[in-house]
Amino acid sequence: MTIKLMGQGVQRVEDQRLLRGQGAYTDDIDVGPGLLHAAVVRSPHAHARIVDIDLDAVLDVEGVHAVLTYDDLTGPMAEPLPLLIPHPALTHGRTQYALAKDEVNYVGEAVAFVVATDRYVAEDAVGKVKVTYDVLPAVVGIEAARAAEHLVHDDVPGNLGARLEQQTGGDAPAVVAAAPHRLSLDLDIERSACMPLEGRGTVARWEPALDRLQLWTSTQSSTGVRAAVAVKLGLDLGQVDVITPDVGGGFGVKINHPWPEELLVPYAARALGRPVKFVEDRREHFISSAHERGQVQHVEVGFDDDGRLLGLDVELWHDHGAYTPYGLIVPIITSTQLLGPYKPGAYRVVFHSLYTNTVIVTPYRGAGRPQGCYAMERTMDAIAQHLGKDRAEVRRVNLIQPDEFPYEHGLVFQDGRPLTYDSGDYPAMLDKIKALVDWDTFGERQRQAAAEGRRIGLGLACYVEGTGVGPYEGAHVHVETTGKVKVATGLTSQGQGHQTVFAQLVADELGCRFSDVEVVTGDTRRMPYAVGTFASRAAVMSGSAVHLAARRAKEKALRIAADALEASEDDLQIVDGVVSVKGAPEVSLDLGTISVLSNPLRYAFDEASKRATQFQVGDPGKPPVAEDDEPGLEGRDFYSPERATFASGMHAVIVETDPETAEIRILQYAVVHDCGTLINPMIVEGQIHGGVAQGVGGALYERMAYDSSGQLLNASFMDFLMPYVSEVPDGIDVDHLETPSPLNPLGIKGAGEAGVIPSAAVFAAAIEDAEGLREDGLAITAMPISPSELFELRLAHQNP
Amino acid sequence: MTVSAQTGETGEAVHDVRLRVNGVVHDLRVPARRLLSDALRHDLGLTGTHVGCEHGVCGACTVLVDGRSARACLMFAVAAVEVDITTVEGLTRPDGSLGPVQQAFSECHGLQCGFCTPGFLTTITAGLEENPDPTHEEARDMIGGNLCRCTGYQNIVAAVECAAVLRRGGSRGPGPGGPHASITEAGGPS
Repeated sequence: MTIKLMGQGVQRVEDQRLLRGQGAYTDDIDVGPGLLHAAVVRSPHAHARIVDIDLDAVLDVEGVHAVLTYDDLTGPMAEPLPLLIPHPALTHGRTQYALAKDEVNYVGEAVAFVVATDRYVAEDAVGKVKVTYDVLPAVVGIEAARAAEHLVHDDVPGNLGARLEQQTGGDAPAVVAAAPHRLSLDLDIERSACMPLEGRGTVARWEPALDRLQLWTSTQSSTGVRAAVAVKLGLDLGQVDVITPDVGGGFGVKINHPWPEELLVPYAARALGRPVKFVEDRREHFISSAHERGQVQHVEVGFDDDGRLLGLDVELWHDHGAYTPYGLIVPIITSTQLLGPYKPGAYRVVFHSLYTNTVIVTPYRGAGRPQGCYAMERTMDAIAQHLGKDRAEVRRVNLIQPDEFPYEHGLVFQDGRPLTYDSGDYPAMLDKIKALVDWDTFGERQRQAAAEGRRIGLGLACYVEGTGVGPYEGAHVHVETTGKVKVATGLTSQGQGHQTVFAQLVADELGCRFSDVEVVTGDTRRMPYAVGTFASRAAVMSGSAVHLAARRAKEKALRIAADALEASEDDLQIVDGVVSVKGAPEVSLDLGTISVLSNPLRYAFDEASKRATQFQVGDPGKPPVAEDDEPGLEGRDFYSPERATFASGMHAVIVETDPETAEIRILQYAVVHDCGTLINPMIVEGQIHGGVAQGVGGALYERMAYDSSGQLLNASFMDFLMPYVSEVPDGIDVDHLETPSPLNPLGIKGAGEAGVIPSAAVFAAAIEDAEGLREDGLAITAMPISPSELFELRLAHQNP
Repeated sequence: MTVSAQTGETGEAVHDVRLRVNGVVHDLRVPARRLLSDALRHDLGLTGTHVGCEHGVCGACTVLVDGRSARACLMFAVAAVEVDITTVEGLTRPDGSLGPVQQAFSECHGLQCGFCTPGFLTTITAGLEENPDPTHEEARDMIGGNLCRCTGYQNIVAAVECAAVLRRGGSRGPGPGGPHASITEAGGPS
């Protein structure tokens, strides 16, 4: 009897490779002899005009093979990089050039590209390139961008890239003005970044004999890079293979593409006729990849005596950095996902997306949701405090009820489709999270702690996350004559265990052994149609596609077997890779044999294949391959949903703050999470753990410390404080709720970003609760918060 | 032993170096500034050792030098002579099966992207050699110098505790794997 693998904590197949040191990350790829290494001359100024680039000293350096500047780029390579996601509201979208033309707009922008014998020599050469700059005033921070005393781009008035307004449910400002209770909040959240342990990297090999390019890159979208490289290098798509090998973490930053280096590496490889590699160092990752978070928010809210929202009027100022390659995705998500599990009454949101002379802002795990959750949950806490009500009860009266799904908000989501929640049970979730932290007795616990001179506090934050956005993903399932099952899907993997979970789905649907399934992701040679891994979409999109493709392979296997066994398809079953007649297990064929039979042969090459040769099989009166059939035991299918699924969750944290030092210690962290049907609970919990740790970093430690001239002062792991084990809670209490999505065959919703979304909100609430700073409005309105900032806050409250 | 005064492809002085890695002797010729991490990865092809920051903070490049953990990005290859170096590739048992720390990571879902993992595996190998029976707090301390951005460390701590049991010849309890599976000491109650 085969056990269903859906829902089982199956150990990961990829671990066998990774644990032996046999992973193949981009920098590990052996592209053969003659490999050259690239390093990049980067702008030391946040805003400057390039007056001159003097290469005299570098061209004589032994081991240097090429130095490229903007003037060397021709055709599409000399045009700005693509604006990946255009939007009508992005009236002043700007992207950088692969190498700066005339002007640089952030410290770290690529100015020249050096190719040399090894990275050491390439870096030596970088130091010998003399660039003369005419330094311009830098615009750093949202305040400076709004003031617009200086402009990032001369032709973008007010530093305003986009302004977008959406509203639903009535005239929000009027409703707020007429509400029995009103509050206004000003909130601030700082920059952070994904910081995968592996940075960006690209290797390219041009094959002159084949007239084609092979490119390995650490990306979240193989097909996206392929299309961009083809366009920029003037190649046909069919001349470009992009292979995403093992990726050492992404968390969003690797969805932006093409990076300048992803184009310059193949450009140089083709020009020099030798393979070229670029692997960035950590400082380069800090100053030349992408950041996120970074918003200023103003909330006006009107509510009734129970704390029920009547009107919500929100204005957001979003710092998108120097350029807008990824469009408006982050602020659109903030402005829509801010609503969480609540009914807002009349809602209006306006965002201003602003240029600054800093590193670009593209999605980081959560992708605008942590900011939105922060705005809404701080608002909920403020309402509860204003009314003197329990914070959970104020949330409860605002929850969308289980019988109200599908729930239409009347807004447009990040995929251009209506913001319509598919399913969920938020009241049940609230009960679960309260139970995990003994919410109702916490007040007593807090009083007891206070009696001992200790300050403890409890915070709660809730979110809804649109996951599994389209447009589509595809999968190909091929049963080989050995019975091995080869599966390909086009999106990439960067640690989520796709090789395991997709194999679980194939084994379940096809009826083969799990150990016979091998999954390949992110290789355009195997699946050229794909989108990418972002927005917690891989399980929903590729999971559904893999399931559908496996079903097609199964249908074909049953058809061939029914014919061969002279049985009805309805009487057949597939268990452990063997098709048999139910009740007569001796009447059977294994999938490998069926694969042999599926492919009529002229030539035999082994014993098994003899069975498929022309004197063995087939009706001589019919074509060997029927008109509506194809040779081979394969299934290929695509999944393209009408709209996104909506996962949800609630987090609670209990913290203790030191009365003397203001140190913040986590006593308990609890998560209730609903990502629909679970494929592999072990992997889902791992995703939540990792998200929570990143959330702790974002709430308490991590920030991008820019000075007023646009220098990033903490561009190293010494200074940018990513959590070690000592900063994360010892144990995370996780409870699941499973409300299947009606939008896909497996009922799956995404899980990847869940752990990080409510962090800023939940820590702000818990610290505020521990400190008892509740007299007049919210005490904590800026995150992250460090012990010294908390100490300052105490002083301010003591001496108002 | 190193021998100087050779000149390499780029006119840079190079040194002949003999490295003993995972019990195998390698002779190579490197410039004085070549990091041990680069020599292991790019000269010897032992790409299991990863480089995450190149300033000694993240711990991804950790190898064992005479059994003690060391950051390969903070050592020069020319300084790594006359020591025994163990990389992640050397943690696998002679029969090709996973060593106890590797096995524990697999059972506890102690890795996601796998990039930081080799540094944790070497660090914990050395840590358990020094302290074979760590308390929970000691297990947390043991990994306190390595960064992981994927796992939130929960299952890595579990893997340290599991590895300690496996090293003593214990085995995992029944049922599916995962961080919450029970651990049984060899000969103990099941």
